[in-house]
Amino acid sequence: MEKMETVVKGKPEALCATFDRKEGSDKQTTHYCPGCGHGRVHKLIAEALSDMGLGDKTVFISPVGCSVFAYYYMNTGNVQAPHGRAPAVATGVSRANPNSIVISYQGDGDLAAIGTAEILHAANRGEHLSVFFINNAIYGMTGGQMAPTTLLGQKTQTTPRGRSAMNEGHPIRMAEIIATLEAPIYVERTSCTDTKGIMKTRKAIRKAIKLQSEKKGFTFVEILTACPTGWKKTPSDSIKWIQNELEPYFKPGVYKDVSDKAEPLHRPEMIMDSEEIFKSLGLKKGKTPSSSAAAVEEKRIKIAGFGGQGALTAGVMMATAGMNEGLNVSWIPSYGPEMRGGTANCSVIVSSKRIGNPLVRNPNILIAMNGPSLDAFENDVVQGGTIVVNSSLIERKLSRSDVKAVYVPLTDIAAKVGLKAAANSVALGVFLGLENIFSREGIYEVLKTSLKKKDALEINIKAVNAGFEFAKTL
Amino acid sequence: MKKELIKGNEAVIKGAILSGCTHFFGYPITPASEIAQAAAHYLPLTGRTFIQAESEIAAINMVYGAASAGVRTMTASSGPGLSLKQEGISYLAGAELPAVIVDVMRAGPGLGNIFPEQSDYNQMVKGGGHGDYKNVVLAPNCAQEMCDMTMQAFELADQYRVTVVVLTDGNIGQTMEPVEFPEEVKKAPFKEWSVQGDAKTRKNLITSIYMSTDALSKLNIRLQKKYAEIEAKEQMWEDFLIDGAEMVVVAYGIMSRISQNAIEELRAKGLKVGMMRPKTLFPFPKKRLQELAKTAKTFFVTEMCAGQMIDDVKLAIEHRRPVEFYGCYGGRTPAVEELKEAIELAYKKMVR
Ligand SMILES: Cc1ncc(C[n+]2csc(CCOP(=O)(O)OP(=O)(O)O)c2C)c(N)n1
Ligand code: SF4
Repeated sequence: MEKMETVVKGKPEALCATFDRKEGSDKQTTHYCPGCGHGRVHKLIAEALSDMGLGDKTVFISPVGCSVFAYYYMNTGNVQAPHGRAPAVATGVSRANPNSIVISYQGDGDLAAIGTAEILHAANRGEHLSVFFINNAIYGMTGGQMAPTTLLGQKTQTTPRGRSAMNEGHPIRMAEIIATLEAPIYVERTSCTDTKGIMKTRKAIRKAIKLQSEKKGFTFVEILTACPTGWKKTPSDSIKWIQNELEPYFKPGVYKDVSDKAEPLHRPEMIMDSEEIFKSLGLKKGKTPSSSAAAVEEKRIKIAGFGGQGALTAGVMMATAGMNEGLNVSWIPSYGPEMRGGTANCSVIVSSKRIGNPLVRNPNILIAMNGPSLDAFENDVVQGGTIVVNSSLIERKLSRSDVKAVYVPLTDIAAKVGLKAAANSVALGVFLGLENIFSREGIYEVLKTSLKKKDALEINIKAVNAGFEFAKTL
Repeated sequence: MKKELIKGNEAVIKGAILSGCTHFFGYPITPASEIAQAAAHYLPLTGRTFIQAESEIAAINMVYGAASAGVRTMTASSGPGLSLKQEGISYLAGAELPAVIVDVMRAGPGLGNIFPEQSDYNQMVKGGGHGDYKNVVLAPNCAQEMCDMTMQAFELADQYRVTVVVLTDGNIGQTMEPVEFPEEVKKAPFKEWSVQGDAKTRKNLITSIYMSTDALSKLNIRLQKKYAEIEAKEQMWEDFLIDGAEMVVVAYGIMSRISQNAIEELRAKGLKVGMMRPKTLFPFPKKRLQELAKTAKTFFVTEMCAGQMIDDVKLAIEHRRPVEFYGCYGGRTPAVEELKEAIELAYKKMVR
């Protein structure tokens, strides 16, 4: 940071007075090489934070790269992030404490290679972050390998013959890419070389931080800096190389600035009142009985039909009614590709005992609402079990004689009460009529809580009753 | 509260909110998407945060950031997503950040399929990322436990500053069962080590990098001590028809439910079979297994995978008893009959 004193006088408050976290006995100088750009940028950031009185509010995210130890120097809250993930970590920090000033500081390997997804999406969400992107066209920390910003022809440890477009592609211009996104409000590239460049960098950093303090959104400053060690150049040659080679490809300039039109964006306040939280979760105070008056022998039920017949809903209603009467219940749907073949089915278990496997493979009761469902599950039903066949849609008779066959024109009955789609409610009624494990009132209650429209409710109650009566005539 | 018929996957989110979880970061994957969907629905209703991240890697790193900032935060995923999260989980361990992860296991390897399996055991229980670390792993087997264990996960995570995994599968996540939610909303405790963007926490640093071998040894010693304490204090299990059992079935999650049926039927036939269901996979209920090994003749492990937990059973009883195994993979959930036959076969071998 030797040269910095010409621009920034003394140590700003947001820079540690001594670097106590640093390993070793030297707590005065940084760990960076002579002529390295990182230290300068740290100091400019610290100076901006100090001048704006933001030291207390700031959380600085250190990346993986030579600046992994930025927390030795930044007198702010500090979080060190995995390689490339700083913008995601910063997102978490910022969302948790929307009033903090969050700085995501990254190198070119970190930001433009391994962390490409994270930076693009944090920018695209318009996270309230200031991102300072140190483009030194090389991987400094790991010893001078190619970076995504390494120039064509530039020799590095992993491009010993120079970067070739054919093998490694072209250097990536991040400021330009970020500027294409809708959300970012300010994107600039500067070159931290001579006094003029440093002053421009200083200004850009201050602007980015100020905008964040006004809650205006995502800002991105790409800073061309020197890595004399990685480049195998002297510090002064490095400055020339930036000016002669880097700047023509990575042109300094403002790539996007809509900050004057950006409105402050405030994240919603969290509601802490318990009653409000219960309400939002749909929780109801009170007690549900935990045992039923009558012992119910375990019923394993499978309800199947084509999508839209309401087989799954009928199962949920059955299980809910059972629960309300203090029984143990479970419901599980078939899911995934199984659902796409035209039949949807669910397993329901109602029992006084604790329920084991919720998946019903061999039901006591099968409600087959269409032909494919009967074909699929007829043979699974236990001996002595019951099969309810929707005779409106299934013409054939059962192929087995060791089960009880109940032929009910579910769809026709439903149509008669006024709604073909209520065939599942008819099926529920039939089930109640046959099994008598819980009351019809219980089913009415469940219907009432799930159907908000009065006429839909009435028709479904009628459908349940019609199914129930039908079963009683059998 | 009145009981609610609810899917395990959704019970996770209601439980989480009641635990004081305010930030959820996720990425869709079947069969865990319902958790993210429930989070997307419920959290914003009270000003809490849900973000659909650009990947599981981003999601776990958002969790890392939010946990650094001191809030209660979580994510949920399934096998392929958990593989991606391992880097972040290792960092969470190294930085000693509390976090909760729900893994609704599906079948692997690779893209596998979306049906249930229990083949993430090793990657979640043994530490699938780099370095010497452990997650606390809870194994619910019903919707009520999906709620309860999620809530417990937040407590344990804060108490020990560890990642707590709720390890479940597609069956348990998809099953709707009655759940009684508590009539209390918890709040994240103040975490004096966190970084909250204020004067009080300005001095704090969250990191997992320790350049000197001494400093890193110290961290590792502290971590190992913590894990030892967790092993000593937090083992949880449930016995089922264990009295007089000569054969002890060990199963967790959906397999414990299937085993329950099989064991009931075998008991009715006079076979002396019982079950020990681990509710914590780390710490593994070693103490209980060692006790059982004194009287049981044989152990029988069943998992929906080629056998991962079985290693922990063998280690716990120090190979002093035979350990039989029945596995089922590819996403197929075994029928009760099938398991019953396998147990019976092993039983015959035992009494022969
Ligand atoms: C997952 C992972 N992969 C690789 C590394 C090794 N690594 C450390 S720093 C770095 C590149 C840093 O380069 P850059 O971001 O340009 O920062 P600089 O060191 O130049 O400041 C790499 C590849 C790592 N720490 N983690
Ligand atoms: S290697 Fe390069 S980036 Fe790293 S400290 Fe040295 S000069 Fe700076």
